[in-house]
Amino acid sequence: MATTFAKAADGTQATTEYAARIEHVSKSFAGPAGQQLVLDDITLDVAPGEFVTLLGASGCGKSTLLNLVAGLDAPSAGSITTGGRPALMFQEHALFPWLTAGKNIELALKLRGVPKNERRGRAEELLELVRLKGAYGKRVHELSGGMRQRVALARALAQDSKLLLMDEPFAALDAITRDVLHDELTRIWRETNLSVLFVTHNVREAVRLAQRVVLLSSRPGRVAREWRVDIPQPRRIEDSAVAELSVEITEELRGEIRRHGQH
Amino acid sequence: MASTEPRTDAVVNDAAVKDRNDLAGLEAGLDALETVQSNRASFRQTFTQKILPPIVAVALVLVVWQALITFKVVDDPTKLPSPGDVWGEVEDAWLQGTLLGYIWTSVSRGLLGFLLALAIGTPLGLLVARVRFVRAAIGPILSGLQSLPSVAWVPPAVIWLGLNDSMMYAVILLGAVPSIANGLVSGVDQVPPLFLRAGRTLGATGLRGTWHIVMPAALPGYLAGLKQGWAFSWRSLMAAEIIASSPELGVGLGQLLENGRNTSSMSMVFLAILLILIVGIAIDLLIFSPLERSVLRSRGLLVKS
Repeated sequence: MATTFAKAADGTQATTEYAARIEHVSKSFAGPAGQQLVLDDITLDVAPGEFVTLLGASGCGKSTLLNLVAGLDAPSAGSITTGGRPALMFQEHALFPWLTAGKNIELALKLRGVPKNERRGRAEELLELVRLKGAYGKRVHELSGGMRQRVALARALAQDSKLLLMDEPFAALDAITRDVLHDELTRIWRETNLSVLFVTHNVREAVRLAQRVVLLSSRPGRVAREWRVDIPQPRRIEDSAVAELSVEITEELRGEIRRHGQH
Repeated sequence: MASTEPRTDAVVNDAAVKDRNDLAGLEAGLDALETVQSNRASFRQTFTQKILPPIVAVALVLVVWQALITFKVVDDPTKLPSPGDVWGEVEDAWLQGTLLGYIWTSVSRGLLGFLLALAIGTPLGLLVARVRFVRAAIGPILSGLQSLPSVAWVPPAVIWLGLNDSMMYAVILLGAVPSIANGLVSGVDQVPPLFLRAGRTLGATGLRGTWHIVMPAALPGYLAGLKQGWAFSWRSLMAAEIIASSPELGVGLGQLLENGRNTSSMSMVFLAILLILIVGIAIDLLIFSPLERSVLRSRGLLVKS
């Protein structure tokens, strides 16, 4: 009935065969017409190092599910287990405007208990990882949308979590920047041993990024279907293999949406 | 379920290295194209846009004032003294060495009272903002107190505490604490929920969340509350000084005004009013405005100064 952050000591991580285990999770909210079921009996595992995208139309509860995994909310039934507190990235960058880019990252390090004399160096390293070497002293408003999301990614990585949750993080960006950040995210994912659970309503984005695409039905959200994506990385969103699979998934998604117009 | 796939093989790796180099250049280009340069206004601009207009306004008021005297529109120095008379009053007070004394008596009282109000109002505001029971209990009273003119507190304060400095401070506190607390409450209420959620995922909960997320995020609202708190401190103090005068209290600006009235010296009354106004504006201009602007500018909330 709750989200558990397994407090595994370092070294025992290798024995876990999942980065997140979502078992029979349901969530309902009190609405105007009584209890409204948003998520219905979701079961889903994310393997260590795996990249999974959650795909669905509006009202499928994908953001709700992500909040449950992040521990920001508790499931009504079922259980969620993750190896430690997951990192979370939002659609908005959610950087703190009273801190510089570097200090935003250092705050994450500080809250994780990293000693003061190591924070600056670690923050510079993380900025270099997202290729924003000179941005340490920049204020949030001085950065472009794409740079902000990269700093937000660096801050999420600063949590040193095994699992990164992403809630439509590129939805507000222009197409060119989004493309570049797809490449960037793929690169960083391949360089680290991070597991990613990525929520989106963009089918091509889901196929471009993921090893596995999970389609959720809407109202209530259920796992409708899963696809393994075996196209080798680095992919491009224009690749014909990506387009082909996207067509297939879009058909399925449209079928799910049509069902709601029938009554 | 799914097993981890091997992420690197020789062929992909080579392509990845090349790809990465391309990507770095692409990203640098995008960053350069999309970064906005914010430049600050030059002194000339600041002068013509910020400094000159108020000087013109003051000069205009002086001209109209002098004209009223010169053309004998008002021909009664006990009703309206000339600007020259008031200036003479300033010179007298300066030569007697009492001018700075008047100002310092009131300003030191006002600032000390404000600092006390700050020390009480801040934790109080935080409690009201963060603890639901406290908010329900005293929230409405606190906002109601803001609309109570602080001059109403002078008679009870004199009866409880007598004619002394503590009575002055009591009146200042009753005027300024609600403003400061309310400013902080509205600042906390306006913190975007996204910041709180982001803070919680980073592990900032409870007191750490208050310190690292809520307080800095609420700072603009808090500063607005402080500014208003200072205005209330100053007004309360002047009300107290005008009503309650006693030789032990020394002569502040309020007493100066009252003395002017008692001796039917309209130029002294005018001097006192002008000094009260100038001190109020000066503190705001020298302390609160720069503070507020630097906070807003650092957050990108002040587009052009």
